Parts: sequence; structure tokens; C-alpha cells
Amino acid sequence: MIFLTDTPIDYHALTESVRSPQSGAVVLFLGTVREMTGDRRTLALEYEAYPEMASAKLAELEETARSRWPIDRVGVVHRLGHLELGEISVAVAVSCPHRRQAFEAGQFLIDQLKVSVPIWKQENWDDGSKEWVDLQH
Amino acid sequence: MLQIKLFARAKELAGAAAIEIIWNDGETVTRLRERLGEQVPALKPLVPRLLVAVNRDYVKDDAVIRLTDEVACFPPVSGG
Repeated sequence: MIFLTDTPIDYHALTESVRSPQSGAVVLFLGTVREMTGDRRTLALEYEAYPEMASAKLAELEETARSRWPIDRVGVVHRLGHLELGEISVAVAVSCPHRRQAFEAGQFLIDQLKVSVPIWKQENWDDGSKEWVDLQH
Repeated sequence: MLQIKLFARAKELAGAAAIEIIWNDGETVTRLRERLGEQVPALKPLVPRLLVAVNRDYVKDDAVIRLTDEVACFPPVSGG
């Protein structure tokens, strides 16, 4: 299950969706809106996506992860639009027979999501300014 | 004309979610960067760093673009 949403992420439902009797390990990663970046204070974030390509890239990532780890089920949800401090921007849930596989697969998925999936965030700083986050990969 | 989707700061600088540029079928991504700089001056500072996607996949500067392709340009991604 991979999708983009404009509404709050139900990470409990997402976690339940990957649980199964075949898997002894379920890992859930949540990315949340952090207040401080160095000395600067964030009030909110705005996320934008190229939805068709983001969905395609996420599906590719799932396929690659499945070729490397014995994944049972995967759920990835990314939130778009306006997010307040502390809200969940991304959730990755993965189930595997054993915990090491689940941790590794989950880490791979979130790490790769951040470098290859066309989604962008804009900082709303507490001084009223807005700035697209521009990372050097 | 070739239609190009823009996202994030690229969309903001150009003031539009999609633009059209003059295009000859089969020209490369390198040519696309030149034309973007010429035809959309506001994008110029970002052009060298823009990522280019053709039919929803990343391409390198020597890739060829057809008039029927879905083309998008955007800054490095920052999701998560």
C-alpha cells in the first residue's frame, strides 16, 4: 500500500495493514515536523509532490526492497499540503519474518524516498519567511 | 512546442505549473536547459541544478526528448 494524502496519516491503521502471522517483526518509521533546525524555528511545513511520478518511484522502491529482503507487507504514506509542528509527514511500515530484515528494509525505504521520490518541502520560519528546502544529496 | 511541468521552487520562479517552449523533436536535455534559460529567464539561476524527468523517470543530459514525451523539471527533492 503506497499513497499520497492531504489528510492526517493513520499510522495505526497503516501498521495493522502490514501485520500478518507470517511476520515476526514489524517496523514503523514516522517522520514528523521538527521545530528546530540549528538556531532557526519552524512554524509549519508545506509539502508538494509530482504525484504520478512519486507514486511510480515509490512502487519502484518497494520492488527493489522486495528483491533484497524477505518482505511480507509494505505500507508507505506521504502527507502533502500544510503540516503543523509535530504532525506526521511520512510513515513507512514494513513486516518481515525477522527484525533485522524489517529494520534494514524500513531504513532503505525511508532513505531512498528522501533522495529519489519527487516531493519537496517548504519551511515556514517563525520570522514569517518561507523557503524551499534545498538539500545537496 | 514542448510542454514542461514545473514543481516547487521551479514553479514559483516561473510563476506557472506548466510552461511551453519551442522544441524540435529529438533534441537533448542539454538543449532543454539552454532553452529554459533563454525562454524563461526567471528560471536561469536554477537551471544548472534542475532535475529532468521524462515519462516519469529521471534522465541524464544526453537523453533525447520527443514532442510526445511527458517532461518535468524540478529542484533536488526534499521529501520525508
